[in-house]
Amino acid sequence: MTRPTPQDPMIAELVSMARRTQLSRRHLLQGAGIGAGALALAACAPGGAAAPKPAEDVSDTDKTLTWGNWPAYIDEDDDGNYPTLVAFEDQTGIKVEYKVEIDDNNTYYGTIKDQLALGQATGSDTFCVTDWMVARLIRFGYVQDLDEANIPNKKNLAPALLNPDFDPGRAKSLPWQNGFAGIAWDTDALPNGLETLDDLFAPALKGKVTVLSEMRDTMGLILLSQGVDISGSDWGTDEYAKAIEVLEKNVTSGQILGIKGNEYLEDFASGNAIAGIVWSGDITAANLEAGYEKFKFALPSTGGTLWGDTFVVPMGSPRKKNAETLMNYYYEPEVAAEVASWVNYITPVVGAQEVAQEKYPELADNQLIFPNADTLSNAHIFRTLDSADDQAFNAEFQRVKLGA
Amino acid sequence: MAFAAFGSSAAPVEQAPRRRSWVALVLLLPGLAYLALFFLTPFVSLILTSLQTPVEFGDVGQFQQAFKIENYAIVVEQYWPHFLRAFGYALAATFFALVISYPLAYFIGVKARRWPLIQALMLTLVIAPFFISFLLRTLAWKALMSDETPLVQALKALSIIPNDGHLTGTAFSVIFGLTYNFIPFMTLPLYTTLERLDTRYLEAGSDLYAGPATTFWKVTVPLSMPGIVSGTLLTFIPASGDYINASASFLGSAQTQMVGNVIETNFLGLLNYPAAAALSVILMAVILLVVGIYVRRSGTEDLL
Repeated sequence: MTRPTPQDPMIAELVSMARRTQLSRRHLLQGAGIGAGALALAACAPGGAAAPKPAEDVSDTDKTLTWGNWPAYIDEDDDGNYPTLVAFEDQTGIKVEYKVEIDDNNTYYGTIKDQLALGQATGSDTFCVTDWMVARLIRFGYVQDLDEANIPNKKNLAPALLNPDFDPGRAKSLPWQNGFAGIAWDTDALPNGLETLDDLFAPALKGKVTVLSEMRDTMGLILLSQGVDISGSDWGTDEYAKAIEVLEKNVTSGQILGIKGNEYLEDFASGNAIAGIVWSGDITAANLEAGYEKFKFALPSTGGTLWGDTFVVPMGSPRKKNAETLMNYYYEPEVAAEVASWVNYITPVVGAQEVAQEKYPELADNQLIFPNADTLSNAHIFRTLDSADDQAFNAEFQRVKLGA
Repeated sequence: MAFAAFGSSAAPVEQAPRRRSWVALVLLLPGLAYLALFFLTPFVSLILTSLQTPVEFGDVGQFQQAFKIENYAIVVEQYWPHFLRAFGYALAATFFALVISYPLAYFIGVKARRWPLIQALMLTLVIAPFFISFLLRTLAWKALMSDETPLVQALKALSIIPNDGHLTGTAFSVIFGLTYNFIPFMTLPLYTTLERLDTRYLEAGSDLYAGPATTFWKVTVPLSMPGIVSGTLLTFIPASGDYINASASFLGSAQTQMVGNVIETNFLGLLNYPAAAALSVILMAVILLVVGIYVRRSGTEDLL
């Protein structure tokens, strides 16, 4: 009996090295030394030296797949099973390991970037990160081309999502879920609700407001409130500086309780926060936990952001075809509707709404899941930043987050 | 270094027979290899990283080896308040942990000697929190200190904190969290020295007409100095690099960010590895300096 190899690819490689040659302990130490040396070299090597190549596809003989995703992002029953995924396994014979391993784009990138740069397996054959991160991965040449022949259901992709500037025609990526960032409030404390960002920054809410640590959502909403069209390209450093000023003023004054990721939900639950900039699907989850419609979500009248989390297959994945089979499966309208009914985000799959109308009539008119043109006209996609702006804007945002 | 204090401090030093033994060397080898592999190599890599410079027209997270010593000046200029805050908070937490732990350790180690069962029980209680992840315990404190709890409501009613004030996200909650999390690291070394305290010295003190306070300061404290020093080191060093308690997700806010949070943000949020590395090197150097002076002044060089 051999134990399964550890998940960390570097260590897994070391273990298999040791097993292959039945090494003595001293030799193993030597091997580890080489591994550490390689790590040190990898850390020193300037990024993007040689573009990684796609790994050889073994999908036809190896019917397994690992999929990395965010928490509460797929249908789940009380026993912790994923019904749509179980159905997929029965249907295709591909065994899927679903890993909830992403809670922040930057952090996730930080943990796998060395393997990405070297074209090695990252531990997940496919994973879903946010579009701006997908744009970076494509720019760096870290992800494989998808084979349309294996994804006939790609025809169900919402036309509006087919040609993003970072991946025209969706040659290397395919959306998983989309969602809004807007404002939410506790209806017990604020029965009159909020309409704009100015309401959020009103003195009465001092210290009771959280905003998202995702720069494009928080800054996107502030920019929109200042009349900037965040999808267009006719704005830059000056407009951003003005928006940062607003954020910094409200952080320094203590108006904003914290700049946070998903953990802002704890503040909503404990009463520390009663309003904030949040993600649409989270509010449904928070209400489910509260047992009633305690929180209400809305796009500010000045506009909210529309973001997407998207499938990619890293260069080091040898099971691209299995991943494509999975994507194809989730582009069946029936399956997409089932997932949407659970996660409460916007499905990118055309036809899912019709299915939902039959199976989940109470959800079919939910603007957060199946938004109409009216709602969508008030949601904006943050334009893809070039590398210099990306770094400068993020540096400013993190500076405010760290305080002085 | 400080772990030496866990060993016997008063044991007579016996000269081992001097034999050139290769066995000792072989036994030492795994330890040395471990240090070389997991301390020296990363440390060299850290120093090299701290001197890197961005690739010209490069993308985010792309750096090349250089000798950019300015990295150090840049991070100090930008983040000196976070350094000051980190050492201030760590110092405060160390002080409070000492004040709380000393009587506790004294009771367990000296007063409770007659009741071994109570001694064992109390020691277990000191260690018991380790059975639960300290992240969970810190989150629990966050919940206990949140705005709607009776504690905070009472403090507000008494006007101790203003009506729009909070308990979480303040310097108080961060120092509280640090103190709470590091108390066992203070109590255990104190206990190991106090447990060995010869009470006949205390009797001798009172025989020589010293009052209880004088006996304490002149006899008990000097005898327990090794425990105090190792306890304060075990608290101060990790506390000054801590980034959990001060994080906005736990007990802190934008107003309480410590240098550990700055390193984390530079590494994971900004992918600015040279800045993160330079900050880490500076943090290590300052801690080493502070600890060196402290140990020298407290007259316990043999601990190092």
